Amino acid sequence: MNSSNLLSITTFIYGFAAFLYIVAVVFKKPFAGRFGTWTALAGIAGNVSGIVLRWVESYKMGIGHAPLSNLYESLIFFALVIVVIYLVIERSYVNRPIGAFTIPLAFLAMAYASLSPNISDRIQPLVPALKSNWLIAHVISCFIGYAAFAIAFGLSIMFLFKRNDSNEESYYLKFFPDMKILDELSHQMIMFGFLFLSAGIITGAVWANSAWGRYWGWDPKETWSLITWFVYATLIHARFMRGWHGKRLAYLSIIGFAAVLFTYFGVNLLPGLHSYGQ
Amino acid sequence: MKKNEISGGPLNGVWKFFASVKLTVTLLLTLACTSIIGTVIPQNENPAAYFHEYGEFLYRIFSFLDIFDMYHSWWFQFLILFLTINIIVCSIDRLSSTWKIVFAKEISFDIAKLRKSYKEEFSGNRTPEELKTLFLPVVSGSFKYTKVEETETGFVIFAEKGRWTRLGVYAVHLSVVLLLAGGLAGSFFGFDGSVNIPEGESVKSIILRNTGREQPLDFEIRCDDFNVSFYESGAPKEYLSKLTILENGKPVYNKDIIVNDPIRFKGINIFQSSYGTLKPKEILLSFTNRETGIIYRQKASVGKEINLPEAFGKFVIKEYSGSYDFRGHNLGEAFLGILTPLKGDPAEVILPMRFPSFDKMRKDELIISVEDAGRRYYTGLQVTRDPGVPVVYTGFIVMILGCFISFFMSHKRLCVEVVKKGGKSRVMVAGIANKNKLGMEVRTQRMAKLLSEKAVI
Repeated sequence: MNSSNLLSITTFIYGFAAFLYIVAVVFKKPFAGRFGTWTALAGIAGNVSGIVLRWVESYKMGIGHAPLSNLYESLIFFALVIVVIYLVIERSYVNRPIGAFTIPLAFLAMAYASLSPNISDRIQPLVPALKSNWLIAHVISCFIGYAAFAIAFGLSIMFLFKRNDSNEESYYLKFFPDMKILDELSHQMIMFGFLFLSAGIITGAVWANSAWGRYWGWDPKETWSLITWFVYATLIHARFMRGWHGKRLAYLSIIGFAAVLFTYFGVNLLPGLHSYGQ
Repeated sequence: MKKNEISGGPLNGVWKFFASVKLTVTLLLTLACTSIIGTVIPQNENPAAYFHEYGEFLYRIFSFLDIFDMYHSWWFQFLILFLTINIIVCSIDRLSSTWKIVFAKEISFDIAKLRKSYKEEFSGNRTPEELKTLFLPVVSGSFKYTKVEETETGFVIFAEKGRWTRLGVYAVHLSVVLLLAGGLAGSFFGFDGSVNIPEGESVKSIILRNTGREQPLDFEIRCDDFNVSFYESGAPKEYLSKLTILENGKPVYNKDIIVNDPIRFKGINIFQSSYGTLKPKEILLSFTNRETGIIYRQKASVGKEINLPEAFGKFVIKEYSGSYDFRGHNLGEAFLGILTPLKGDPAEVILPMRFPSFDKMRKDELIISVEDAGRRYYTGLQVTRDPGVPVVYTGFIVMILGCFISFFMSHKRLCVEVVKKGGKSRVMVAGIANKNKLGMEVRTQRMAKLLSEKAVI
């Protein structure tokens, strides 16, 4: 069994977990939700072993490096962080419907990595620019940030569903957390994500300064990460200082996540220095 | 400078304009939207390419708006300047009141406000006097500051911590100003250029990236050697330049640099950024007599005719090609030469470096091949000076600490009010925080639970 197979299996485990969480919401089966939690935990086990195995394999190939160096590896890590953060939330808020809006994101990330013909799962040696201790710090910070924003996105969608049903007519939405909790929780996630996005941009800048001699160069990836930072900075100010809540913040959070996705995937369509991410 | 010192007049209006968070939100969103342009339209390319791509009309509009170098355009810099003033004015505007809270001589508590916030109530069968001695250690165990006030019917414990965390947001704002100041210092007092140095040679100046002008250095950089290694797949593995710094002709410092490991010498940074091959100067050729197997070696250079031994005639290397195309196959680096025998017609000879026995295919009695192409590399270095970097890095650290403090730490206040009711006590625990209200509710609940366990015998 190699790491790619293990990670493909993990994709299906996450898919199954997502299915269970959705079933738990749609058919009001708490049992499915509990089973979903265990499935998600199994997925984490597979995901972590896959990453560790891949790390070991790269050393066996004589080109050892942390498996955080290309799009495939980053997607795998992204999925892992989403599921871990979600399970922490589930533990403290004891609410499984949130899983129906976040675990599918992890599944999609994994499925995209495993199934897309454009993404190679081969372990490649590091080109000179990537040989840096900053690689690990930079990639980990960025993807913890992205994962937190992904969860905030899921929570914002839930918030909008709940809000459109203010008369509590819907049978399903009764089991969603209160709007107040959804709003607060997604804000917590955004602050957490903002801290890590900042750390990601900063570690990237320090790295760029040691590799290319400049900490900022308006390369499209850098610029898009800054655009994302601007969007979330706007959100944080609107909430702290102008008392924005609810719908408007939920929309900003969705725009912010769209910026994250473009920073992550869209930039590869543009010319620039970050082409390893392809 | 406090805002009430500038009362009335246009200055007050300007101050109010810049102290508004609406302006912050507008500027941040405008920066976010306009920044997209420069990622879609490639920056700093040849004007002719733009003209070709966009046509005359759009080209004129884009040039007027500096779209082709938009991050350095007057209007983009103007937005950043506005944001900076906005950050500074907002911070000063609010700092004075925060300062009064954080550095208050005497910490005062507003019990009415606390009563209105989240609270838990319970009764106990101990007297207030007993409860005081029981509650105090519990409360002061989780709060830095505690104070007890006697009331007519009992007592109140006030507790708080994290007053200083109210300054976190100012740290974040300061960090942004530091980043911009560092960036500005770098663009005024720094430079960014590049230079190619052939192996064995040295340079005293570099070419600046933005202007293309020459920038002299205080020292000489010599490239003693350059090496490039590849993985089996053909992808580059490592670029390594052995560099020596010379001052007044004397070597003072040397280091092997690779990507991600530059030289930092007297405020100047030297980075490995590219490499290339130079036209070979002296080429060692071998001439083999197919029949006798005798090998002759002779040095040659491009364009210089040499006389060959025996009766083979003359040979001249006409040109060098970095990638020679032979009937649709790329042979890579190759020399093209003309062999002129004593008798017969001149023949064209192709000498690809990757295939030393390629010339056998000519089926001539003389086989020519390249023994040593005399290949020389040049190393491409990026040379920068940026006195703003320490300021920027300080900004980075302050930003991370500031974000952490302002997002995840708060000024928490708690009061425990105990009122005597008959032989028993009535207890109220109320908590308030300037951020993360839900989190404070949980803490207050926990504290109330702890205390209620002590309140009953």
